Amino acid sequence: MIEALEILTNTSLWAAVLRIATPLIFGVLGALLCERAGVLNLGIEGIMTMGAMAGWLTVYMGGDLWMGLVIAAASGGLMGLLHAGLTVPLGLSQHVSGLGITLFASALAYYLYRLIVQVGETPPTIEPFRPLDIPVLSDIPVLGPILFTQTAPTYLALISVAVLAYVLTRTPLGLAIRMTGENPHAVEAQGLNPNALRIGAIVAGSALMGLGGAFLTTAAFNSFFPEMVQGRGWICIALVVFASWRPGKALIGALLFAFFDAYQLRLQTVVEGVPYQLFLMAPYVLSIVALILVARRAEVPEALMAPYRRGER
Amino acid sequence: MRLERRESVPLALVTTAPLAAIFAALLLAAGLIGAAGVNPLTAYAEMLRGALGSRLSITEMLTRATPLILTGLAAAVAFRARLWNIGGEGQFYVGALTTAWIGHSLGLPGPIGIAVLMVCGMAAGALLLAGPAFLRLRFGVDEVVTTLLLNFIVILFVGLMIEGPLRDPLAFGWPQSVPVDGDYRLPDLVPRTRLHIGLLFAIAAAGVVWLVLTRTVFGVETRAAGLNARAAAFAGISLPRTIMGVALVSGALAGLAGAVEVMGVTGGVTTTMSPGFGYAGIVVAMLAALHPAGVVAAAIFVATVFVGADAMSRATGVPSFIADVIVALSLLTMLVALLFTTYRLRR
Repeated sequence: MIEALEILTNTSLWAAVLRIATPLIFGVLGALLCERAGVLNLGIEGIMTMGAMAGWLTVYMGGDLWMGLVIAAASGGLMGLLHAGLTVPLGLSQHVSGLGITLFASALAYYLYRLIVQVGETPPTIEPFRPLDIPVLSDIPVLGPILFTQTAPTYLALISVAVLAYVLTRTPLGLAIRMTGENPHAVEAQGLNPNALRIGAIVAGSALMGLGGAFLTTAAFNSFFPEMVQGRGWICIALVVFASWRPGKALIGALLFAFFDAYQLRLQTVVEGVPYQLFLMAPYVLSIVALILVARRAEVPEALMAPYRRGER
Repeated sequence: MRLERRESVPLALVTTAPLAAIFAALLLAAGLIGAAGVNPLTAYAEMLRGALGSRLSITEMLTRATPLILTGLAAAVAFRARLWNIGGEGQFYVGALTTAWIGHSLGLPGPIGIAVLMVCGMAAGALLLAGPAFLRLRFGVDEVVTTLLLNFIVILFVGLMIEGPLRDPLAFGWPQSVPVDGDYRLPDLVPRTRLHIGLLFAIAAAGVVWLVLTRTVFGVETRAAGLNARAAAFAGISLPRTIMGVALVSGALAGLAGAVEVMGVTGGVTTTMSPGFGYAGIVVAMLAALHPAGVVAAAIFVATVFVGADAMSRATGVPSFIADVIVALSLLTMLVALLFTTYRLRR
């Protein structure tokens, strides 16, 4: 019991929280942006897989790590464009289209990966992002090793939270995006094009999801393997609801979630006689519990999942 | 240009839509096969031969189609009522696990035991979906996310059971559950192949689902709930009761898929026994335009792609993931094709 509490005083746990949270932060921000504009993007799981593969592949082919992130974001954006094309101008079911994108993007990622790496080969590795170890700051006791020895993409994720929060709440563009998710007719009345705003938001959001996937292969691990996203995308969809569609709360949600995940990983080594699968289930069970807790008072964007066709109600 | 709703949906369009969608998907995937340095026509010919070229390959394909018919029906029933059951994979596994667990030491004669085990598998799948349906009705929790997350939880649970209480001591450390009793293995449909009479059960299930959806009050309520829930409520249809009923039927069908797969093919349960039957069931249902008869045809198409791709991959070196690409693409193209059955382009 004491050991279980001792884990909490270990700085490596708290550093791991930030690391585990990074792909979730990217993913939840991406999903949030799409939903704020009124479109559910269930393509997230596949888009993250695609980003993970594209980022890894770019570096493996000789590109540098930042180029890997750019290509991952671009491939995510491209899948987002496909989802946008199907759900916005054509107004198709966002549920089914999103699932289709997930199936397609992950199948395509595995296919392209297998063109390069044969079955049975050990997955080739790349040189991933190194922890930054920021001088002076990283020497601060306790907080230093937690906050200032992360990899570069983690800081990028934290900056993205601030940028997205600022854009959504403090700029005309953000207002237009939020209005598109609440009442696209009002957007049209303002002389803006709600469908263009939706497409833009989905592409940008999907690019963020691609980055989240790329973090897995270029920073958290150093290779790509099938099934590596492991439902993180679905957890992000749950986190958006938990965060009530707000970037700041999304960050808190992702960190909270990552804390439980990091803690259960360490608890596994301390607690004996409990099957490890029970620990692994915890994140998924937790997501469901979180959904139940907030569902009743969720401030769902009014026009979420309602396709907009001019002149049609 | 804009979309205009058609006054009526011509039957010819509805039947050609899936064919057009499949053709478009194959055309798009041809580019990827070309990227692997293989002539797409050669690859598709190899696929056809691999799935339909011999008696053995046809039975293999039909063996693969059997669980797909059932998971496809599960998705079709749910989607008709706009209950987004994406948990077919999890329901398949609980059905399989329950069947192996009870079927290992059930003291009943063969045919009765098989019937009992099928009911057990169905009950397990139904109960698993009843949870998310309840959460949606009681707390307004979106069932898409809960059913998806339950898939991961269930597969971990299966792993826990087959490494623990249900571990097969005769499997030499291979993580596999105890097998069902030999009396409950489904008889072969074609001797000396893996094809079992489960195929007939699956086709019968499609018939029953079709009858229920078209000839009963429950079927009408289901459709009404899916088409316009508000109007249905005004007409006196209890939405919670309908949704819960649909959830039980849908979960039961996916659970039955697991039960039949265990009794017909695998004997025991492993965490890798389903190559995504639950997810592929969604594609099957959509390709069938949610029609039970269409589900059988669509399942045969998807099974042909999967079985054919394995053979094609061995012959040409094109990664067998091309099957997943084709199946996913056909879902997306089918969505577009369905749109043009209800809408037309107008200048």
